[in-house]
Amino acid sequence: MLEVRGLVVRYGDTGEKAGAPAVAGIDLRVGDGEVVCVLGPSGSGKSTLLRAIAGLEPAAAGTVAWDGVDLHDTPPHRRRFGLMFQDHALFPHRDVAGNVAFGLRMQGVPADAARARTADLLALVGLPGTEDRPVRALSGGEQQRVALARALAPDPRLLMLDEPLGALDRALREHLVDELRAIFGRRDRAVLLVTHDHEEAFALADRVVVVRAGRVEQDAGAATVWQHPATPFVAEFLGYNVTRVFGPLLAVRPEGLTLGPAAAGSVPVTVVDRTFRRDHFRVRVATTTGEVLDVAVRDTAIPEPGTPAHLVLDPAAAVTLPAPA
Amino acid sequence: MTRPPRARAATYGTRGSRVAAGIAIAIPCAFIAVFFAYPVASILGRGLAPNGALDLDPLRRVFTDPTQRGVVWFTVWQAALSTLLTLVLALPGAYVLARLRFPGRSLVRALVTIPFVMPTVLVASAFLALGVPRSLGAILLAHVFFNYAVVVRVVGELWRHLDPQEEDAARMLGASRLRVFREITLPALRPGIVAAATITFLFCFTSFGVILFLGGPTRSTIETEIYRQTTRFLDLPLAAALSIVQLAAVIALLWLVGRFQRGASVPRRLRAAREVEHRPRSIADRVLLVTNLTVMATLLALPLGELVVRSLTPPSGPGFGYYRALGTVRAGSTLFVAPLDAVGNSLRFAVVATVIAVTVGGLAAWAGVRTRSRWLEGALALPLGISAVTLGFGFLIALDEPPLDLRGSQWLVPLAQALVAMPFVVLLTAPVLRAIDPRMRDAATMLGASPARVRRAVDLPIAARALFVAAAFAFAISLGEFGATTFVARPDTPTIPIVVYRLLGQPGDVSFGAAMAASCILMLLVALAVLAGDRVRAGRLGEF
Repeated sequence: MLEVRGLVVRYGDTGEKAGAPAVAGIDLRVGDGEVVCVLGPSGSGKSTLLRAIAGLEPAAAGTVAWDGVDLHDTPPHRRRFGLMFQDHALFPHRDVAGNVAFGLRMQGVPADAARARTADLLALVGLPGTEDRPVRALSGGEQQRVALARALAPDPRLLMLDEPLGALDRALREHLVDELRAIFGRRDRAVLLVTHDHEEAFALADRVVVVRAGRVEQDAGAATVWQHPATPFVAEFLGYNVTRVFGPLLAVRPEGLTLGPAAAGSVPVTVVDRTFRRDHFRVRVATTTGEVLDVAVRDTAIPEPGTPAHLVLDPAAAVTLPAPA
Repeated sequence: MTRPPRARAATYGTRGSRVAAGIAIAIPCAFIAVFFAYPVASILGRGLAPNGALDLDPLRRVFTDPTQRGVVWFTVWQAALSTLLTLVLALPGAYVLARLRFPGRSLVRALVTIPFVMPTVLVASAFLALGVPRSLGAILLAHVFFNYAVVVRVVGELWRHLDPQEEDAARMLGASRLRVFREITLPALRPGIVAAATITFLFCFTSFGVILFLGGPTRSTIETEIYRQTTRFLDLPLAAALSIVQLAAVIALLWLVGRFQRGASVPRRLRAAREVEHRPRSIADRVLLVTNLTVMATLLALPLGELVVRSLTPPSGPGFGYYRALGTVRAGSTLFVAPLDAVGNSLRFAVVATVIAVTVGGLAAWAGVRTRSRWLEGALALPLGISAVTLGFGFLIALDEPPLDLRGSQWLVPLAQALVAMPFVVLLTAPVLRAIDPRMRDAATMLGASPARVRRAVDLPIAARALFVAAAFAFAISLGEFGATTFVARPDTPTIPIVVYRLLGQPGDVSFGAAMAASCILMLLVALAVLAGDRVRAGRLGEF
């Protein structure tokens, strides 16, 4: 089991943020067989967190331990962790097999066994028989799969994935999500992934850890985070409206709001604009105090911008948030 | 993975612009034909058919005569040893300057490249000033001195942009630091290392001044042997045969390396340098930093510093005594004029050579890019592979009789220098011209600019900077040119390098000191030229 305690990592010495903490005291646990996703906006220190756990980035404070053993003095190549890089980082001067088998060679696996395992892994990621292809001849999605096979080959006790579906197009992502889930499930090893895309996070992870500026905002089961965001930041990041128009500080999904005639507890608003979303319209409304809220409208009657309306809350869909300190 | 778009020839060119392009191609072609191909053909004629009929005897002598065989063998192994030594010393330096951040790094980077443009004569003086005896060791040291920058530049430029994630990925797959270097870093650097080693080997293989000054009377390479056979024994067929052997060796090596590089080079994603570099955090990095800065200071800075000190400390007491001695013709001197006159000669020749080199080289680069053909560029880079001595020798035997009798003409020196400098002009300008985004031209056209206007508004400002840098470089090279100049300069109009050579050949403290002083003047002039070029370059062109 991976245990991260009070981890602080400062940015490298380049860039404008030099010296500022990228990871500002993070606690994290990933059990065997568990898939944990660190979710946060770009620049919230996610990649740095992975690099620090890998041992590629020195920690300014805190510990990274595996099964109770502090890894401070274990160099990256002895941690038996795997890391799939955001942009693959395939070795351009080796072919597909040379990439996938690299970790096996480092372990001293005999050539025959390595060849067999490479073939198995390539079949697993859906690229059977591609051993001899140069990696530069692969498409983005194929490179992603080779990178995954390469990271899986040495059977790491912890597999880390940095934005695993980052650069792929929508159809491919949806396909790969299912495959990844299947592979994670079959391996029964710890998996830690980071992403800025909440659909990806909830599709893949058992547990979601939302981070903001290098700190944990919420750490809970995927369903819990989705249904009960703990802070206004998490709620907004997941697409909730965060508002006080109904009294207490509430997080409410656009689906939890309806537009209708005046009723008890309804709030008068004006329609600002509307955009089409796959299966509904997203209508943006403004209250008399100027607050702007999103409402999901599935009716055939979509109100025109400028129309006055009344905003009705479905209490079951609202989450009461703690008032910010 | 995606290649940069190739410069497209203007599809909207008019007939006028095609005529202009034709002229632009014709001028460098004619220049190369008359001043390069013709002399080389003359050498071939002299070496292969000294009496009009095919006669392989001179060539046979190169390989059967024990002295000549020794010369060829020495040429090869000293070049190989020099290359190896340069790589061993400069590769860690390349890492330090490419990957580590430390205060004053850009200054060190700039300083390290200075030796490369220093004239051989000057460097030889510097090592002599340091008290290094004429020996094999002196030759090797001087070769490392010259080529350190080649490795640091060529390999360092690659190293600066290698994706460090590849190394991280290998680490995560269980490779130790050493293993990562061997399995990932080294293969990635290989094209750069091979290129740097090839350039270094060629420079050392065709080394002339260094051997002549620092080798002592017994050590001779093919280059110095050509000179010796020509000037001392007047055995022109043998000299020509030596030239042919050298030419063949150079061409064969370039061909081999070209083949190897085509197979070995893998297109890879490059990173911005600032994502790659880091502060020296580990102990290994700190040790590397300190040792390499020490090596650079001792090897590169110390000789030049000592040269200045020696030139300013005559026995009569610190001051400009040696410099004053440059103003007079001493009795018994092999110089017919006051050494100081050479400064004027050098400047005059260098200006003319620069104008020729930039005009011809610039036109060739433009034509080469415009016609999208590399052969013109390749043809113009040829003199680079063929040594200055061969060029000088070729001038000597080709241009001293009808149809082209330039014997004794003041034009010979600048023409020879221009030929030596021109490949650099092409190499410096063509990539810049090629890198002009064709969409910039398209955009200007769509905004209503005529083809001529496009050239003026888009190409010219960019080309002008590159041409200025090239001019500064050509000027520096012409100032220090020794190998070709020594064949064609008239005794009454010597250049500074020739004066230094003569002075070093004369006995006595005053001559030696005067040589140091003349070298310092040369160093100052070259440094000024390089600095002028660098100021422009620092603005936009290139990172290193």
